[in-house]
Parts: sequence; C-alpha cells; structure tokens
Amino acid sequence: MKGRPRTGLAALAPFLWLGVFFLFPFLLVAKLSLSDTALAMPPYAPRVDWSAGWAGVRAFFAALDFETYARLTRDSLYIASYLSSLMFAAVATGILLVIGYPIAYGMSRFAASTRQALLMAVILPFWTSFLIRVYAWIAVLKPEGLLNTFLSQFGLPELNLLNTDTAVYIGLVYAYLPFMVLPLYAVLEKQDQSLLEAAADLGCTRTQAFWRVTFPLSLPGVGAGALLCFIPMVGEFVIPDLLGGSGTLMLGKTIWTEFFANRDWPAASAVAIAMLATLVIPIVLYQRQQTKMIEAGR
Amino acid sequence: MSTSRRPRLNIGAVRSSFAPWADPSLEPLVRFEGVTKRFGNETAVNDVSLSIYESEFFALLGPSGCGKTTLMRLLAGFETPDAGRITLAGEDLAGRSPHQRPVNMMFQSYALFPHLSVEQNIAFGLKQQGTPKGQIADRVTEMLALVRLEGLARRKPHQLSGGQRQRVALARAIAPNPKMLLLDEPLAALDKKLREETQFELIALQQRLGMTFLIVTHDQEEAMVTADRIAVMREGHIVQIGRPAEVYETPNSRYVADFIGDVNLFEGAVTAADGKRVTLATPDCPVGFEALEDDRLAVGSTAWLGVRPEKIQLHLDPPKEGPNRMAGKVADYGYLGDWTTYVVELESGRTVRAARANASRLVARPIACDDLCWLTFAPDAAVVLTR
Repeated sequence: MKGRPRTGLAALAPFLWLGVFFLFPFLLVAKLSLSDTALAMPPYAPRVDWSAGWAGVRAFFAALDFETYARLTRDSLYIASYLSSLMFAAVATGILLVIGYPIAYGMSRFAASTRQALLMAVILPFWTSFLIRVYAWIAVLKPEGLLNTFLSQFGLPELNLLNTDTAVYIGLVYAYLPFMVLPLYAVLEKQDQSLLEAAADLGCTRTQAFWRVTFPLSLPGVGAGALLCFIPMVGEFVIPDLLGGSGTLMLGKTIWTEFFANRDWPAASAVAIAMLATLVIPIVLYQRQQTKMIEAGR
Repeated sequence: MSTSRRPRLNIGAVRSSFAPWADPSLEPLVRFEGVTKRFGNETAVNDVSLSIYESEFFALLGPSGCGKTTLMRLLAGFETPDAGRITLAGEDLAGRSPHQRPVNMMFQSYALFPHLSVEQNIAFGLKQQGTPKGQIADRVTEMLALVRLEGLARRKPHQLSGGQRQRVALARAIAPNPKMLLLDEPLAALDKKLREETQFELIALQQRLGMTFLIVTHDQEEAMVTADRIAVMREGHIVQIGRPAEVYETPNSRYVADFIGDVNLFEGAVTAADGKRVTLATPDCPVGFEALEDDRLAVGSTAWLGVRPEKIQLHLDPPKEGPNRMAGKVADYGYLGDWTTYVVELESGRTVRAARANASRLVARPIACDDLCWLTFAPDAAVVLTR
C-alpha cells in the first residue's frame, strides 16, 4: 500500500510537465489572441484587475472578444500567408518523398553492418546546430558563394538563389530529410524479404514486386514521414527568414513581424492559434497512424 | 471444417501401382543433372542427380543444413547452380528467373502478403498471369472451397489462425495451376494434431489435382506418410531414393537406417555368406547373428546389423535356442500408451531398444526394471549394412 501514492505521482509527472510547459503557455497565447492591442506595457488589454476581486475577473472576461480573428479574415495578407505556408510545406513534403524514399530503400537493402553506418550518416547532421546549418546554406547560395564559384569554374551562368523561394525549398528539404528518411527506413528495413520471393514466385518482376508488395507495405512509413515533415514545416520560421526573400510569405515570418515589428501581440497570437487549428487534422492523422503502426508491430 | 475428413482409400494399396520411375520410356517432369551449389566455402548441394515424375509426390528428407531447401530453391530459381543443369518438362531452366518458371512455392513462413485479404492473396498469381477478372473470381472461389476457407475470403492474414494461414498459402501457390508445387517444410509451424490431419489433406489434395508435389521436410514421419518416393539427403548428397517402405525396411547405410525411425545397430564380423544368408560374429550375441542377405560379403569383413525396435521380441522366459538370441536385463522403459519401449542392457554392456505393442489393457506379469529377459528377432527382420 505504501508504494501506491508514489506510482500515482510518477504517472502524474508527464501530465504535470505537459500542463506547465504546454497547456499553460497555450492558454496564455489563447487569452492573448482574444485581447486587443493597447499602447501600454505589455501592449495589450484587458488585464485582470486583481484589486477589484471577483468583479475584476468578470470584467476581464467580458472584455475578451474575437475581434482579432475577424481581422485575420479581412486582411488578405494573413490568408495569403496561410495558403503560401501550406503550399511550401506540401511541395517540400512531395520533394522529400521523392528524394527520401530511394535513400531509405537503398539503405534498407545493405548488409546489417553497413546499415548502421548509413543510419549514422543520416543522423550525423543533428550533431551540429540547426541554425549553423542554415547559415551554411547562405554561404553556399549567396551570389559569390560556393555554388556560383563552382559554376563559374565550368563557365556556367551564375544562379542567384539566395533570398528566393527556391532557397527556402532547398533549406526545407535539406533540414527535414532525416525526418522523412527515418520513418521510411524503419518500415522498409522491417519488411520480410520472403514476401518478395513469394511475389517473384507468383510471376512478378522486381519492379512489379516493388509496386505490388514493397510500396503498399511501406505506406504507413510514407504517411508518418510526410506528416512528420509537413506539420512543423507549416510553422517554419528560421529557414524562410534566413534563406527566403522579402516576398516569401510564411506563417512563421508573419507571426514574427506581428509580434516584434508591429508589436501586435493579439494578432500574432491569433495567427498562431489559427495555424494550430488548421494543423489539428494532420496531427490527429499522424497520431492515429502511429498507434496503428505500434499495434501492427506487436 | 470437419476434422475427420480423411481420404477413404488405402494409400499404400492405391499408390503401389504408381511407379513411373520404374518405366524407362517415361520422361521425368524434372531432372537435376549433376547439380552443385556452393555458398562461399560451403557446398550446400553436391553433384545431385535426381528425376521427379509427373503426378509424383516426392519428398526431400534430411536434417537441417543437408541442402534440401537449397535444392528446392534451385528449382524455384531463387538460387543459381554453380554446376549441372535442371530441366522442367524437357526445358532447361538456366537463365530463367523465378517469375518465369511454371512452378510455385509454398514458403515455410507462408510469406502471405499482410496488406492483402485472403482472396487477394490467392488471386495474386492469377492477376500476374493476366487472367480476366471473372475467371480470377471463379478460380479464387474454387480455391477457397478446396482448402475449406469459404467464409474467410475478406479476412487479412493476421486475423487467421496458423492452420488457416497455412491453407491460404497452399491455395495461393496452387491457384495459378503450376506444373509443380514446391512445399518448404509446409507443416513445421503447426501443432502435432493439426500436422497429422494436414498430412492426409495434402495427400488427398495432391491426388485430386494430379499435380506434382515436391516437399522438403526434416520430419521423417511427414515424408513417410505423404510421399510416393523419398530422397534422403546428407551433407549435400542424396544417400538413398526409394518408396517410404523401401527406405525404412531396406536402408542402404547406417545413416539412413538411423535417420529414418529408430534402429539398433550391431557391429560384427562376417563369418559366412552363401548368397542367401549372412552370419555375423559379435560380442553382443554369443550365438551369433543370422540375417537374410543375398550379397556375398567377404568373410572376415566388418558389417552392421540394423534391427528396428518393433522387430525385436522381448521374452521373460528363455526362448528356444537359435541365432539372434541375446540375454540381458531391463534397464529402463517408457510407456507411450500404444507402445512401450524397453531399454535392455545386454551382458556385453551395450543397450538395445525393443518395442512392444500394448495389445491388452491388463497383463498378468508386468515387466519391470532389472527383470532378466531375452531378446530375439527373426533373420528376415534384420538388415545387413556395409557402410
């Protein structure tokens, strides 16, 4: 009996963690999004007047409204940055699949000892700061950077990629590739090779066996990889900020501008909450996919 | 799903007239000619020549690592021989990849496609052949009925029991109507009772379809029950080919005698061989052994006598004088219900196994440990082995 309260506490710990570091900040942001801008410090109203007691709390809630959200729908800039973010994330996810699948497939066909080394190579970039890796791309893509030096060696025309959407795609694909490769590799590596023999025995060429057996069986990995990349890419800030141009519209940048340049905290919060709302569907899909994979693995 | 559905025929009697291998005018369906396969330094299959005939149920039997599975995989096309050739229906299979060979394999792991339902699994090969949709549906229905899985067409493999999965694998391999069905340890994953039932189902199925079956197994009982002929393999070689009864009753070596069933092997020196009988002198039996054997073995050469436990009689009272008579005492026994196996320690010190059918429930004088006893066997019960 003595051990029971302790185990109860241990079970509570993750909820406590989530409560303090996730739910509470989320509620703060949600509250902010329902406030109005004000020329004050901090720059929003209303604030709870604790000295007024219960009446002060009621007055606070009465002053909250959805005005900021209404503003989001009226201003085409917000809608444009939503659509643009979804577009960036969707196209980059597509490119990641096309590049990541062959890499994962190739890795899974090597001998077990080589596979470990290859896996290491995929994970290795994580040992360097993400920010530094994005800065490195600036050095590669800038007008007098590595890429153009290389091109001019062969007398090829220079490419001005930095501060363009192309640079953002390059950055996104580069940064998220491991998140695509790892879940794909996990499903492909587990696949029973005797299934391919069975397919060959029943009349499949290697290509046919891939499309009739390997690929359909890897779909959970495709789904997991796609969602694992798509969800964070929608809200990506560093890559479009450092590699993109002034015309690159992405939600992360919009939020930053609202918060720091315009000092419009409620608008920044509302954009963030609205982004979360649009991502709820893919997040739920991802969770279900994960549960299914775990159950299938048993 | 009846469990009592066994073929209403005496297998031995019906199939005894089936002996295409004895007819030199018949062309075998499959011919292995001097086939060798090496993996690194290991020779898995060593200069094997073998013929399998149309409609035959042929078993490759041997311990694990003897090369039997490799031999089958060579035929299916998953391995390429280093030497020799394999022909199917007179056609050389060299250079033909698995998908081009008209044989289908039932895998030991079943290798069912987990993302496809039972009917999609069965239809897989047919679809690959380009069979029209309507015909595929008919054939799938026919196959489901054949393996008695009618109600389970829509299930996924993970929703089936082991026995059901085994039957889906069987139906999937048969559906494209191959020239030959290869079965790699098809019953190894089933429990004993189900395995025995399935053995008889396989025989019934093979006879109904008239298809040529090649089964790979390490289970001698499985090979004995199902096959028309058995090839016993050892370290990449085939040591003996014959009907189950031939292999059991007239093994050609101590290895075969020992691998198939239980056997007592006695070493002795040949004292006489007249072309009908052979007599042996051995410390295990002071009066000497006598066995029927038409080979004129050299007097003085070493030979072995193999006697199966069920062919040895155990007596508590001294039997009449004669050859093949040994005295000893019961060292141990194991009651198996239908049989009791006795371990008898001879005066020479070695032990002999003798089996007795428990013909009645109650006996006047049960046999117990340390009882003095005598063992005898008839001259025609023993087999003389020279290697």
